[in-house]
Amino acid sequence: MTVPTPSPIVQMSGISIAFPGVKALDGVDFRLFPGEVHALMGENGAGKSTLIKALTGVYGIDSGRIVVGGVEQVFSGPAAAQAAGVSTVYQEVNLTDNLSVAENVMLGHEVRRFGLVDWRATRKAARTYLEALNLDIDPRSSLSSHSLAVQQLVAISRAMVVDAQVLILDEPTSSLDSDEVARLFDVIRTLRERGVAILFVSHFLDQVYAISDRITVLRNGALVGEYRPAELPRVELVGKMIGRALEVLTELEGSTERVVVDRSGTPLLQAIGVGRRGSIEPFDLDVYPGEIVGLAGLLGSGRTELARLLYGADHADTGETIVGGVSTKLRNPRAGLSRSIAFSSESRKTEGIIGDLTVRENIVLGLQAERGWLRRVPKKKADEVVSHYIEALGVRPANPDAIAGNLSGGNQQKVLLARWLATAPKLLILDEPTRGIDVGAKAEIQKLVADLAAQGMSVVFISAELDEVLRLSHRIAVLRDRRKVAELVNSDDVTTDVVVDLIASGGTSA
Amino acid sequence: MTGLAQLTRHRLFWPIVALVVLLLASTLKSHTFLEITVRDGHLYGAPIDIVRRSSITLLVALGMTLVIATRGIDLSVGAVMAIAGAVTLTQIASSPDPGAISTVALAMLTGLAVCLAIGVFNGFLVAVLGIQPIIATLVIMTAGRGIAMLITGGQITTVTSAPYKTLASGYWLGLPVAALIAGFFFAAVAFVTRRTALGVLIESVGINPTASRLAGVRARTIIWTVYVLCALFACIAGFLQSSNIMAADSNNAGLFIELDAILAVVIGGTSLAGGKFSLTGTLVGVLVLTTLTLSITVLGIPVNAVSLFKALVVIVVCLLQSPVVQHKLRARRRQAAPVPVEVPA
Repeated sequence: MTVPTPSPIVQMSGISIAFPGVKALDGVDFRLFPGEVHALMGENGAGKSTLIKALTGVYGIDSGRIVVGGVEQVFSGPAAAQAAGVSTVYQEVNLTDNLSVAENVMLGHEVRRFGLVDWRATRKAARTYLEALNLDIDPRSSLSSHSLAVQQLVAISRAMVVDAQVLILDEPTSSLDSDEVARLFDVIRTLRERGVAILFVSHFLDQVYAISDRITVLRNGALVGEYRPAELPRVELVGKMIGRALEVLTELEGSTERVVVDRSGTPLLQAIGVGRRGSIEPFDLDVYPGEIVGLAGLLGSGRTELARLLYGADHADTGETIVGGVSTKLRNPRAGLSRSIAFSSESRKTEGIIGDLTVRENIVLGLQAERGWLRRVPKKKADEVVSHYIEALGVRPANPDAIAGNLSGGNQQKVLLARWLATAPKLLILDEPTRGIDVGAKAEIQKLVADLAAQGMSVVFISAELDEVLRLSHRIAVLRDRRKVAELVNSDDVTTDVVVDLIASGGTSA
Repeated sequence: MTGLAQLTRHRLFWPIVALVVLLLASTLKSHTFLEITVRDGHLYGAPIDIVRRSSITLLVALGMTLVIATRGIDLSVGAVMAIAGAVTLTQIASSPDPGAISTVALAMLTGLAVCLAIGVFNGFLVAVLGIQPIIATLVIMTAGRGIAMLITGGQITTVTSAPYKTLASGYWLGLPVAALIAGFFFAAVAFVTRRTALGVLIESVGINPTASRLAGVRARTIIWTVYVLCALFACIAGFLQSSNIMAADSNNAGLFIELDAILAVVIGGTSLAGGKFSLTGTLVGVLVLTTLTLSITVLGIPVNAVSLFKALVVIVVCLLQSPVVQHKLRARRRQAAPVPVEVPA
């Protein structure tokens, strides 16, 4: 661990930002020293992203001061922040897919000769930057030909080209596997030794403790405190993030007594040889009332594709789907909806939330779509539904007229859950409902799913985190290479290792 | 924040200011500008004239607002107007009794049916085949006038038919029939979009079509519907226009009206990126454009400078509405107040 020099490179004091209906930041102080990795922690909606956007010039601040390198800054936009040496690498990589690696790294900083771009020199420069991060790839190759992990590293090299003194890594590990994370951490350490100040945001506590020199915790848009990782045990960190007694958390996490589901009657949904060319091979799947069926598999194994067929988001070209004993064709989402099936997509931004509409309109949308445009949901009923779910799911801010796009990721997820629950589904398909969500909200959503199933709702639950799938599911379907390879009844003998083995071996039905 | 500051931030503040300034300037120049008199039981005066002349653009802009709210655009409205006039007037002219109400009604129904088919065609290209709206509607924009020419046999068809003339030149309860027609459809669209869920579903589809589809919204049907509605409103606008001159002029009917309609929608604060729309905004936008054209003559601006003057007003209104300019103006106001600065330690 390095000893930070006494003067911070970034000093933010008393930062406040308000959006219509949302007080996103309220007088927050934050400092960042050269040569340190500083983790910014907080629940969804705590104000992490907003603070980062203030520092990178995306949002103007309503009050407070930002001092970078001893100079007070009023950023007019991201370009101004970059000129001051603040670079950001976002969760969703901000690069141009169809350009080459060299072009991406050097974009806007190409080597010029007689006013023209000298591509040979540009590529050479790009290679130097890449090698500095131990990244041995051909600068001429197309960016899209590389994995997301490599793309993250390319984005970091790009940040180095602009000679960043401050590097912000916002959830850089959310879509990387453990080897790739190790590689990213090597790069982060290299940069730290060179005196770069790194702001690191991650939901993975292990990673935060592995790499950070300092931790700042935010809650509800306000500063909780700044700590050294060695002086802050994990439970305390979580307690500070959630701001609630720890027993409640353990109670939420611990309530997992296994219930045996009655599989003697008619299944709620029965898929026989259902498949779609180029998307997922034909599969069989039964879901009984009150049953949680977990789908396990790696990214791209066909989990999402399977779920989309069950809802009618895509239509199957083979097989038969039987809902409640009646054979049905699910041609479009409406068909699924009208048979009391609900599907919450994994991409809440592009396939879930309607950004410019209010929380109320977003929640009522599913109900309204079911009724058709002519029969508007009566205002009284809409108010009831909306206030019920805002309260029950703890949507923050609890303001039905807030613009949904201004809410944090976790709260948008709750709004989407509310939209689907309001349609009173018999089968709820949840694709990665807890991705990018903090511990507290995650436990709340898991508990909600368990409760819904206990009340008789069927759930198809998809998550990249096997722990979560194992904790919740009564039955687990394992997928690999766009094929369902196994199905097993969950019990105490089923551990992550068992499922991982099945995924690895492409095993036979248990 | 003071009430005034809040008022200036309202979406329609600057368009309404522009409208008021134009009216005031015209009144200063010609003192009787805002006067309304009663002649032969009808209301007369410049304000009535503005309302009457606005009706055609308002009808077209109504449909355009809905189309734009779904992220689309309809360039074919001018051509649809030409076709509506051509079909209807040709049928009236060829009938034995052009003056009978039944003849006129039947001819108008034929016109509506043809325009309905065009709207269905446009909607099919956009909603089902997924063709970019600007390209899809370009088809009828370019081909439509040719079709109208074929219908009229390349002539400017003129008719004499009292009931048809009433549409544009008649009065009812002292008010111009054209304005009443446009007003009726404006109220109807406002009622249907805001009293049923159609408005919010259109906005939802415009903001995020994929998410809307997954939420169970009939995105395709809704997009299709707005193109049909847009063609129908353009058709009615075509009736008013051809009734005004009692002739079907395929080359000039509704020429460039798509641009005026789009402009009115944008001035009214509906974004071309789709989503939230404002019918009141569109109404204000149309009134600004019509008043502009009328006050140009009153203010004695030379004919050669008319387009330039119109462009200037539009640019100023759009500038004042632009989020960047508004942000800059607000920042300037805030900077005026002194902020204590601490010296960094």
